[in-house]
Amino acid sequence: MDGHRSLRGWGRTAPSVATVHPAGDDAELVRLVTDAGRRGVLARGLGRSYGDAAQNGGGVVVDMTSRHRVLSVDTEAALVEVEAGASLDQLMRLLLPLGLFVPVSPGTRQVTVGGAVAADIHGKNHHVDGSFGRHVVSMDLLCADGTIRRLTPESELFWATVGGMGLTGLVLRVTLRMKKVESAYCLVDTERCANLDDLLGRMTEGDRRYTYSVAWIDCLARGSSLGRSVLTRGWSANLEQLPRRLRDHALDFQPRQLAVAPPVFPSGLLNRATVAAFNEAWYRKAPRERRGEIQSIAAFFHPLDAVAQWNRIYGPKGFLQYQFVVPFGAEDTLRRCIQMLGDAGQASFLAILKRFGPPSAGHLSFPTPGWTLALDIPIGAAILGGLLDRLDAEVIAAGGRQYLAKDSRLAASEIVHMYPRLDEWRGVRRAADPDGVFTSDLARRLGL
Amino acid sequence: MKDAIGNVQRVVVLGGTSEIALATVVKLTAERRGVQVTLAARPGERRTTATAALETLGLQVSEVDFEATDRTSYERAIASTFETGGDVDVVIVAFGLLGDQERAWRDVDAALELVQVNYTAAIACGVLVGERLRVQGHGAIIAMSSVAGERPRRSNFVYGSTKAGMDAFYTGLGDALTKDGVQVLVVRPGFVRTKMTRGLAATPLSQTPEQVADVIVAGLRAGRRTVWAPPALRWVMSVLRHLPHPVFTRLPV
Repeated sequence: MDGHRSLRGWGRTAPSVATVHPAGDDAELVRLVTDAGRRGVLARGLGRSYGDAAQNGGGVVVDMTSRHRVLSVDTEAALVEVEAGASLDQLMRLLLPLGLFVPVSPGTRQVTVGGAVAADIHGKNHHVDGSFGRHVVSMDLLCADGTIRRLTPESELFWATVGGMGLTGLVLRVTLRMKKVESAYCLVDTERCANLDDLLGRMTEGDRRYTYSVAWIDCLARGSSLGRSVLTRGWSANLEQLPRRLRDHALDFQPRQLAVAPPVFPSGLLNRATVAAFNEAWYRKAPRERRGEIQSIAAFFHPLDAVAQWNRIYGPKGFLQYQFVVPFGAEDTLRRCIQMLGDAGQASFLAILKRFGPPSAGHLSFPTPGWTLALDIPIGAAILGGLLDRLDAEVIAAGGRQYLAKDSRLAASEIVHMYPRLDEWRGVRRAADPDGVFTSDLARRLGL
Repeated sequence: MKDAIGNVQRVVVLGGTSEIALATVVKLTAERRGVQVTLAARPGERRTTATAALETLGLQVSEVDFEATDRTSYERAIASTFETGGDVDVVIVAFGLLGDQERAWRDVDAALELVQVNYTAAIACGVLVGERLRVQGHGAIIAMSSVAGERPRRSNFVYGSTKAGMDAFYTGLGDALTKDGVQVLVVRPGFVRTKMTRGLAATPLSQTPEQVADVIVAGLRAGRRTVWAPPALRWVMSVLRHLPHPVFTRLPV
């Protein structure tokens, strides 16, 4: 399967063609990197970045998913060493029965550990546990000069790599500190919030009592219902919190795939009417308040994973995800952004709102204390580009930023306003990779 | 790099004073200025004016000398354009000559000048640009053909023959480059009111450069391989191609 392939991100937009190599052993990867041509080399995992982060037009793309072994497990210390192509799904299936859970889980299990490092991913527990990089004890990085360096959090290159979008080298192996759990279940509280003020109030007041917290917002609700939402928060369940029938199999983890989205969906299936109807039904269906519900990890963290290839439902034109964070105190900006999206009628299934805790030490890591909103938008409306450019301006004015793992359309001129440590990162990258061997379509588009 | 919305970052125009090409650049960059544009054209007042007009809109314009009758000139122009600066998203192949039809079919020099510019140079530039985009793994070529190439007419068959040739080349080039992530859009306008056609009587369905540009940008974003401007010309030409000769020659076109 070595060969010329057109690659796209999860949003299925703006493809480019690269030479794709399945990752072989270390020696072979060293050869690939030292023989790199002018268009460079990039690692790719499971392709869940929405835009062009895992594309390298005209260059070499190394498919890391063939390197997915778990190299060692220390259940006492909760440490595991894995190859970068291992997925979080695989880690959960293998390690939950041993009482170990991934320290950070995004909305899908289908991401690789290497990708999780590169995007410094976050989950519902960011406000207490931070992002992925914080739980990495060490990693092996194949650098541009062909050397393999073991990096620890003491080194600058470590933090340029965490959140560095794969542009500092190929992450080969990662030692990760896992979370000890007693069950593969969560104890979940659900609350319906009438509007944005109600929601932000409850999150500000109560999030610290929970390990996990996320709100699903109906972005099409207007007026006094603007920001109406369902807030779900919880903890990993202890043995005694489980009903008796689950206790004997508390650590079983066998998530099932319910369906596969068919390959052909018409564009425009998701329009304002269908999405509004869905959002309405979903809001009404949620309980006004429910405490202590037991949910499986798969149901609580990864509801969309039940439908494989769900990105197809947006049709051939594809879609994008717009995710930004604005600092605490910029609640007005958050409200204005939701309003602008609603006014423009940019249909989206529920948007997701989270509170971020302390920032990561990664130069280009996305999370920074504040509110982060993420929503999917189908490509199609002529007004979309201008609308999102105006939202960018709002976000920048409030001191916020976009998430590079989601981005597929940010203007190069804006990136420096969002990531004040960009120049510092460039310096570390230049020292490690003076000729720019590691590059991507995202890096070219944004002039990273 | 082109983005998910269809915004582009760098556009190159070969024949950089073409009114249709300039209108296309303006439409293509309407949402986001600051795009880099390279105008490859003969030095002179027309190029200076074109540059100034685009700069007023906030585009970053650079100029490069380009002479379609001189192989060294266009080879150097394309090489220097691609070797400096970032990836090129769109190349518009817009140079061309209408010529004097009545001279062109009776005077070898006049005929060969049309062939040289509209066919030879167009194919050479297609080869050069196609290779550059293939290496990038993405990009698009917009090739300005003409409905004149679809069925030769008494009034402009020398011009039409050159366009028929370049049209066939770029159509095939698009097929050859698909697997490399490169799109080739062949544009077949009818009568367009530009400096090229000044003084000629407009035919039915005549267009402004801006109207043609709308068709081009829509076709580019939709991933099309051929567009007609106006789009209805596709069906008109389809009929014209099949008209019996005596009927066709009596049409006022």
